[in-house]
Amino acid sequence: MSIKKVHDIQPKEFKFSNENLKKAEEILNRYPKKSKKSAVMPFLYLAQKQNDNWIPLSAMKYIANFLSMPYISVYEVATFYTMYNLAPVGKYFVQVCTTTPCLIRGADKIVKLCKEKISPNENEVSKKGNCSWMEVECLGACVNAPMIQINENYYEDLNEKCTKEILESLINDKPLKPGSYRGRTNTSPEKKQTLNGENHA
Amino acid sequence: MLKKENKIFKNLYNEYGWEIENAIKREDWKDTKNIISKGRDWIINEVKISELRGRGGAGFSTGLKWSFAPKEVGSRPHYLVINADESEPGTCKDRDILRFEPQKLIEGCLIAGYAVNAHICYIYIRGEYLNEGKRLQDAINQAYEKNFLGKNACGSGWNFDIFIHYGAGAYICGEETALLESIEGNKGQPRLKPPFPALVGLYGCPTIVNNVETIAVVPTILRRGGKWFASIGKPKNTGTKIFCISGNVHSPCNVEEEMGIPLKDLIEKHAGGVIGGWENLQAVIPGGSSMPLLPKKVCDTIKMDFDSLIENKSGLGTAGIVVINKDQDIVTCMARIARFYKHESCGQCTPCREGAGWMWRILDRVEKRKATFSDINLLSDVTKQIEGHTICAFGEGSAWPVQGLLRHFRKEIESRCREEPLIKKKSDNPYLVDQHLLENKNA
Repeated sequence: MSIKKVHDIQPKEFKFSNENLKKAEEILNRYPKKSKKSAVMPFLYLAQKQNDNWIPLSAMKYIANFLSMPYISVYEVATFYTMYNLAPVGKYFVQVCTTTPCLIRGADKIVKLCKEKISPNENEVSKKGNCSWMEVECLGACVNAPMIQINENYYEDLNEKCTKEILESLINDKPLKPGSYRGRTNTSPEKKQTLNGENHA
Repeated sequence: MLKKENKIFKNLYNEYGWEIENAIKREDWKDTKNIISKGRDWIINEVKISELRGRGGAGFSTGLKWSFAPKEVGSRPHYLVINADESEPGTCKDRDILRFEPQKLIEGCLIAGYAVNAHICYIYIRGEYLNEGKRLQDAINQAYEKNFLGKNACGSGWNFDIFIHYGAGAYICGEETALLESIEGNKGQPRLKPPFPALVGLYGCPTIVNNVETIAVVPTILRRGGKWFASIGKPKNTGTKIFCISGNVHSPCNVEEEMGIPLKDLIEKHAGGVIGGWENLQAVIPGGSSMPLLPKKVCDTIKMDFDSLIENKSGLGTAGIVVINKDQDIVTCMARIARFYKHESCGQCTPCREGAGWMWRILDRVEKRKATFSDINLLSDVTKQIEGHTICAFGEGSAWPVQGLLRHFRKEIESRCREEPLIKKKSDNPYLVDQHLLENKNA
């Protein structure tokens, strides 16, 4: 279970934009009419996207009304799942995978770089630029370890040098392209074995 | 070694394009109508002949699972749910299927849906795979355009719809009943079994839950025959499997191979060998983080299939192979896995919620050389108290890797322990449940 704290400063009101209202209708059609509650997770995603990548309490109340379910059930869901941010995050939200397969390929060095470049603490918006970072559990790209996720994109096969470049590009608001940084196609084996413990972070 | 013509996932690295036109060239959607017209019993029987075992970790017979669904639809509709909540450390096979072979999965959904009388299928994708989910949605839309889905899907007379539901970063939602809870809009906490989902599942209706890879191989099995699939691999461990090889190897990769391939072949021929040579190998986690690790001695000869690994007190799990060489600190690696389980425990059962934290804290002490000899027995005791005392298999999943470490690396642990505690307690307070919050930041 992760420790998640609700942000101190909360906006008073929240409403879905017209565009999101249309999306909400579409989402409701996916589930049986009796089970509107199923839409709570997609709705929280909509709210998070609309509100600069975090969910205020007023949005939870709004969704609870929308789906006619108790507020506490929405709160329960929003606090249980780790991907719902309950406090503001940077415009570029860096998630560093540090679980064993990434760790043995050098994820700790990437964490160190994040501390240097972005901020010494997790979940803190950087002074320069608009970034924040956090350690997360396995992101499911172990073959491409070590890797980071920035907003929704995966940056794979990293080493210290290119991680530095990526983080600097975020601070300058000109993010580099996602994908493999060793130039390989997806998860295929690399033919040239130049690695030998040096080519990765 | 698997022959090229026997490969099921020909586009695993996206060399030929994922779009439906390219997929059709690779014989997806060929004769689907014909297959469905042969009827439910034929499909289920053919899957039984193929001896396909679930690829999600437990290795349960797929044909048998499908036959548990009620034969006739009663007052409640049936559902098919695909488990794409791939979060097991070391595993990334489903991601490639979602990205590059989505039509295999979609066709498999239609056939499986027909076989278990379901008109609606939900695919539960982990929230982090947002781009993969978008890709799958594109593929689903393409299939709708060709009338392969929707009303009278593929001309079979069966109505079939597929919806995607995103998770939000909870490992436990890979457990089938927790996954169903999550789709229903609750916290992902597993349910007691029985009743099994095949009878009481999503919204209280009969539901079949299958892994992505299991469903994606079904169309090929039916086209080429169950006997063809059964002829690959070993008896009772048939067919092909995608292995994910990560960790200290020269070229980590995903590769499709036959079941029962020797682990050494897999690492040396496909992944370019262990960094520092085979002699530099320390241990291998054979099936995702929840399976006990294997020491080098076992790795020399072990074959990768369900039964051989169970004989060696481990398991195939999801076939996510993590190679750890002698440059790594084995205790650090396992302590990190213990921290993973501490973080991901859903908090429903006390032994798992508290025990996972205990295991991490003890291993953390061992890693920092602050543990005492009595800690080793305590650790072993904690794993025994978690195992078998929880609602779902997460308890075993968190206890087994630690048991594996104790079984094979006890000497390593002992060499880091001391007789007396480093810091003697000043007062003899009873142990508080949340004392760890005082001891460790963010515990």
